[in-house]
Amino acid sequence: MTDRAELVQNAAGRMVPTMVNGKPQIPYLGVAKYQPRGRKAATPVRSSKDYPDNGDKRVPDLETALRQCGLRDGMVISNHHHLRDGDRVALMMLEAAAKLGVKDLLWFPSASFPSQKAAIELMQSGVIHHIEGSMNGPLGDYCTQGKMRGLGVLRSHGGRWQAIQDGEVHIDIAVIAAPTADAFGNAEGSHGKSACGSLGFALADSTYADRVIVVTDNLVPFPCIPWQIQGNNVDHVVEVDSIGDPAKIVSGTTQITRSPDRLRVAEYVARFLRDTGIMRNGFSFQAGAGGIALAFVDYLRRMMKEDGVKARFVRGGSTRYLVEMLQAGLTDYILDGQTFDLDAVKSIASDPRHVPTSPFTSYNYHGKGSFASMVDAVVLGATEVDLNFNGNVVTHSDGRLLHGIGGWQNCLQAGCTILAVPSFRDRIPVIVDEVTTLTGPGELIDVVVTERGIAINPRRQDLLDAVKDSSLPIRPIQEIKAEVERICGGRPVRPKLGERPVAVVKWVDGTVLDTVWQVG
Amino acid sequence: MTASGQEKSAGSGEAGHCGRDVRSDLHVAIEARDGGGLEITMQSRVAPYYGESILAHARQVLEVLSIKHARVEIRDEGALPFVISARIETAARRAGLGLGRKASPERIPLPEPSPRERLRRSRLYLPGSEPKYFINAALHEPDAVILDLEDSVHHAEKDAARILVRNTLRAVDFGKCERMVRINQLPMGLEDLAEIVPESPDLVLLPKAELPQQVAEIDRMIGELKGRYGITRPIWLMPILESALSIENASAIAQASKNVVALTIGLEDYTADLGVAKTPEGRESLYARSRLVNIAGAFGMQAIDSVFGDVADVEGLRRWAESSRALGFEGMGCIHPGQIPVIHAAFAPSQAEIEKATKIVAAFEEAQQRGLGVVSLGSKMIDSPVVQRAQKLVELAKRMGTA
Repeated sequence: MTDRAELVQNAAGRMVPTMVNGKPQIPYLGVAKYQPRGRKAATPVRSSKDYPDNGDKRVPDLETALRQCGLRDGMVISNHHHLRDGDRVALMMLEAAAKLGVKDLLWFPSASFPSQKAAIELMQSGVIHHIEGSMNGPLGDYCTQGKMRGLGVLRSHGGRWQAIQDGEVHIDIAVIAAPTADAFGNAEGSHGKSACGSLGFALADSTYADRVIVVTDNLVPFPCIPWQIQGNNVDHVVEVDSIGDPAKIVSGTTQITRSPDRLRVAEYVARFLRDTGIMRNGFSFQAGAGGIALAFVDYLRRMMKEDGVKARFVRGGSTRYLVEMLQAGLTDYILDGQTFDLDAVKSIASDPRHVPTSPFTSYNYHGKGSFASMVDAVVLGATEVDLNFNGNVVTHSDGRLLHGIGGWQNCLQAGCTILAVPSFRDRIPVIVDEVTTLTGPGELIDVVVTERGIAINPRRQDLLDAVKDSSLPIRPIQEIKAEVERICGGRPVRPKLGERPVAVVKWVDGTVLDTVWQVG
Repeated sequence: MTASGQEKSAGSGEAGHCGRDVRSDLHVAIEARDGGGLEITMQSRVAPYYGESILAHARQVLEVLSIKHARVEIRDEGALPFVISARIETAARRAGLGLGRKASPERIPLPEPSPRERLRRSRLYLPGSEPKYFINAALHEPDAVILDLEDSVHHAEKDAARILVRNTLRAVDFGKCERMVRINQLPMGLEDLAEIVPESPDLVLLPKAELPQQVAEIDRMIGELKGRYGITRPIWLMPILESALSIENASAIAQASKNVVALTIGLEDYTADLGVAKTPEGRESLYARSRLVNIAGAFGMQAIDSVFGDVADVEGLRRWAESSRALGFEGMGCIHPGQIPVIHAAFAPSQAEIEKATKIVAAFEEAQQRGLGVVSLGSKMIDSPVVQRAQKLVELAKRMGTA
């Protein structure tokens, strides 16, 4: 049953539920307003006497491992998504759980993918109660149509770490797909036939779950070097033929956008960094693996070369383009959150300057700082941005779940946050009066770059001053919006959303930022 | 799905495109009926936002076309209003409905008339049947856009492209770009003119111009249409020379109308006509291109080069454009926006050229002030043609924003 809890208005003016899946919630209080208290969560104390002295923790199959971990009704079980749409382990785990006859599991992946749509049947048959983690494609539709029993909870990568660490979500059993592992449970992701690069998303699960199972298709004799997952946290190791489809784990090559309009957006972003002086010796930036972001990196590295500028570090989503920068001496380091293509996987496996990171180091807001706020500039996408610079990444303009938050919210902490977006998609304007689903507060979004001009948040007078003499088309956001509405034949009708919550969007501090409403 | 599709009975017609990979277009099928009013069905990927607006728009267009009884089926992929009007009008005409009526969108203010000698370094080709390329073309800042009705438009789509280009000229803001249209060869070109001249394009490109009479006929037709629609601003002509014969007749073609402001060459057809391979160095067309430059110079008009076909080869484009400028051309065509900055850089005078020319102009002005008949710079005497060339170059550099 969905909570029939009351709704309250949070500090962003959004109506949010006070209870989510039986747990009381704190409505969003504003940026940096919520003060957490208490101590971090911890796992039970274990003893070496319960684990084999020879370090061999192998069991024959996943079903046995789950049984030995004491899987039962209502537990929280988790996976990471470093194998992306190629992952086979999550469904293997869920199907093994089904065979064991357990019900009402809370599946807690760091993200779900369309290839895992079989989870819908497991929700219908009662094996899974609900999913907390990003949902898109068929799973997203299932949730937005109100068919899931519990509420979806959308968290950023950093927010997921925060929720686990703060004890909001207690993982009973974590099942970690590992491209390489030893029988003790040490594991890493950069080698083996299913190599995916960093395993950072699985670190919180391995540290905070009561029980941890490593599943690998590349078992090496102890020690597995380097290890990112420590075997000392691992209960069982399961060897399988294949943890995933390599073709879907990494792209052979990542492609820069070929759309001239999007290339224009990318070029504007790069020129913006140059003209504001953000691009200077020792600076840092982060860009994802989307078409515009890749093109931005391509333009920026050319400008860096021309001006003789070198970055201290770049953050990925790593791709061939970042790797080429590293190899060309345009950056000292890549601090890598996820590894997207073959060149990047090869690089992280062999180049000590290409370093795997985790949501703890990079994104966790409830830590003693995180890398995110030390990055000079970040380039992100969005489905919508409004006149107050609020951003939406989780839903389509019609309210259907589109994609997860990923690191998007966490990246807003950067020195200069840039949304690089086309001004309209298929006639639908991207700049709107008010975002459908608030994912990022406008006070943290500094610049919106479109092919028709660049809007700077009036809060950032320093940036406005920095581009005073630039030839870039700096325009008020209202002006770009009006122009696009003229082109599109008027302002679009605002779709009517349902009245029943189907998911909530958490802010980086665990408070509830917005609600996703039932559609269709 | 395309407009061709299966055969339809009389009184029905379809136009436009739809499908997963189609953007900014729509497919319209109209079937006339004897009574029962209008029955409009619509599917659209933007239905939640613009569904009502699309239906209202469709009704309005059908009313303008005086269509009272018909079944209309719309499958929209996010088309902008001027495209919706064009596709409905095309489907109606194909169904034999609304003949003699136009569902033109409201006209945005016309830009300033185009001066005869304006910069024409780059002209971006836009296929006349692909509306998705129109709306942002000017953002890439070519000197001109060409709405193409000729080679990039399938024979069966000529009528549709004509209507779409007409609406585009009315509704799309091309900023500072010169608005060019490439019409079809005669006689089809005359139908093109009837549709587009009322919308005041700045320049008409005449493909495969071989004889001065063709140019004269088109010029006469444009003049007649301008008179009929009360248009006083110029519509310039740029003949495209695409055969051995046309190169031989270039002089007569250049003189066929006072509205000819530039000559250009189409190298694909020219090399095919000669039966030689088209090479990246272009030696096979050196004579033709040099002759074109010379004739253009003789009659005070611009010589504009062909297009460079390999979009991925930026270095090859740069080399071609630089040698093209060295031959005396003032611009060339683009088939992708990415080619524009490369071409503009290649056709810009170098910093050294600008500095030298600026010094010559300054020396000339000083000599004028001092009443001297002879201009000298250092130990050198400067001839008057050199001064004129320097003045022209400084002026050009100013317009390009490089001086």
